Amino acid sequence: MANTVDMTAHPETAADPRKVTPPSENRRRKGRRGAWADGHSRTIVSPLELKSRWGNRIYWTVLTAVLTVFTLVFVFPLYWMVTGAMKSGEEIAQMPPTLWPKDPDFSVFADAWELFDVGLLLKNTLFYAVGAWLFALAVDVTAAYALSKLRPMFGNVILGAMLATLMIPPIVVMIPAYITVVDVPIFGWHLLNTPWAIWFPVAANGFNIFLLKRFFDSIPDEILEAAEIDGVPPWRVLVSIILPISRPILGVVSIFTIVLVFKDFVWPLLVLPDSDKMTISVGLSQTAGQVTQNQIMAGLVMASIPMIIVFFFFQRSIMAGLTAGSLKG
Amino acid sequence: MDTSTVPAKRSRRPQRRPPARPARPSSRRRTLRTNITAYGFLCAALFCFALFAWWPIVRQVVLSFQENNLVDEPKWVGLDNFRTVIEDPAFGQAWKNTITFTFLALLCGYVIPFAVAIVLNELRHARGYLRFVVYLPVMLPPIVSVLLFRWFYDPGPGLFNQLLDFVGLPGLSWLDSTDTALISLVIVSTWMNMGSGVLIYLAALQNIPGDLYEAAELDGAGIFKRIWNVTVPQTRLILLLMLMLQIVATMQVFIEPYMLTGGGPENATVTVAFLMYQYAFVYGGNYGAGSALGVMLMIVLLAVAAVQLRLTRDEKR
Repeated sequence: MANTVDMTAHPETAADPRKVTPPSENRRRKGRRGAWADGHSRTIVSPLELKSRWGNRIYWTVLTAVLTVFTLVFVFPLYWMVTGAMKSGEEIAQMPPTLWPKDPDFSVFADAWELFDVGLLLKNTLFYAVGAWLFALAVDVTAAYALSKLRPMFGNVILGAMLATLMIPPIVVMIPAYITVVDVPIFGWHLLNTPWAIWFPVAANGFNIFLLKRFFDSIPDEILEAAEIDGVPPWRVLVSIILPISRPILGVVSIFTIVLVFKDFVWPLLVLPDSDKMTISVGLSQTAGQVTQNQIMAGLVMASIPMIIVFFFFQRSIMAGLTAGSLKG
Repeated sequence: MDTSTVPAKRSRRPQRRPPARPARPSSRRRTLRTNITAYGFLCAALFCFALFAWWPIVRQVVLSFQENNLVDEPKWVGLDNFRTVIEDPAFGQAWKNTITFTFLALLCGYVIPFAVAIVLNELRHARGYLRFVVYLPVMLPPIVSVLLFRWFYDPGPGLFNQLLDFVGLPGLSWLDSTDTALISLVIVSTWMNMGSGVLIYLAALQNIPGDLYEAAELDGAGIFKRIWNVTVPQTRLILLLMLMLQIVATMQVFIEPYMLTGGGPENATVTVAFLMYQYAFVYGGNYGAGSALGVMLMIVLLAVAAVQLRLTRDEKR
């Protein structure tokens, strides 16, 4: 064990303890490989302390403890959910419980698929999420571009008003928002049970506009002025110059929007009450009272899988977006 | 976060503008055209914001002074809605619960993630795994976490009582007892939300220059002193920001009481947002009373935001 540690006492910092990786570089590298060899900059405990006999022991004890606790707290409940689904009705109510189902029964997933109508629910949710994504992206990108590059009169006032809405979480205004959807002022539309009830409010997202605008701000104006002198119209500038450069932030905003719609509960509960139109979250909550425990668990497993897949593939975008929004302070 | 930059941006803008102006061949016609184009690009967003973000806030205030069930003509009733809401025996309980919830959630959802992030930042192995795992519950739809924990809280074969039994402790009644119901909700809420806090703190910790620790160590500061005198001051802005976000987040606790307890037992888990929902959508469409509660929530949130702005501004000076 001692050997491993000597090798792992991140060589770069060990060789030159003064060396501090600039944060930007640090962050970029960390994303690729969250390991010890990445020029990890000096933290609270010094490399020297870590290498000492006691430091070493304590380090490994802490590491083992953290790994165990994290696995128990965050992974074990999910394990319990999956195995719970595969237990029979008697086994799931049995005391003390079994750690692994005696007779794993996969047919419960088929039952739950039927009972909850998971196919329809997932299809609905996917439709809302993808639609919201495309609509929100179109609306927010054009707005952020106008605010960042075209800088109209009162642009800052508008931006301020958009950001101010972030202070008030959607739940607090759910009653007037619901009433608005039932009867949209001026236009008189009735949006209940239509996807627009999801799409319009999602596009009115100050956070997306803020992220996009901040990214667009970092694109030098000179490029755009050159295009302007050549007589390229603004929408061409947006499509051919800005969008290709902005791919990372577009990724972040896309993922956020899709995850937001997929996870949302209260709003679709209010505005999509029709059982043919429900999202997966609402659908599960409505039927959960009428089926057995293992069927509920099977339903939950199926509802989680899409999000877990998204997380697997877009982990970097998700984590980058999480820190991008908050770090600048 | 976002609001804190608004004043900064606004004050910076006038300085940046003059040098940018002469560079452009600006005539009045051109500015007018740019403005028209810009508003053309903005119109979709303005439409969405005006109808679905700004209007509901105004409407909330209007509704709170009306008797409105969406069927009959709305009637102005002055402060009647506020009176109805305040006289409701659940009202005091709801605020007490929301505040207790906020306090407990801060204890669990604010202090613990920061401590966890500090430990994670020290580790040199399995970082990717730990980060993935801690964020996993955040990705799950909340309904999954909530229904999963509803089963865990089952006093009979539920996981928690079985675990307590396994280590030889008596089981609890979790959601069914007034003593434990609220804390049970806090546990679910912390479990499914703490991942984002941990990752945000982790990113902030990684931006602390290593030489500060170096210097502290040379001055003979022990590990806890280093945390207190280097880590905490260096992350103060983000800590303040997260404090506010956390308070805003707990103000909207809804799905936990809605799915787990229905506000019971004996109103022990009624939160303000839940009460608001009940007025409007359960007790036969008393939208006015619900909005009166909503207005009170908005006032609290604005106060929190004002305090936050004040603190960050002092901090930046």
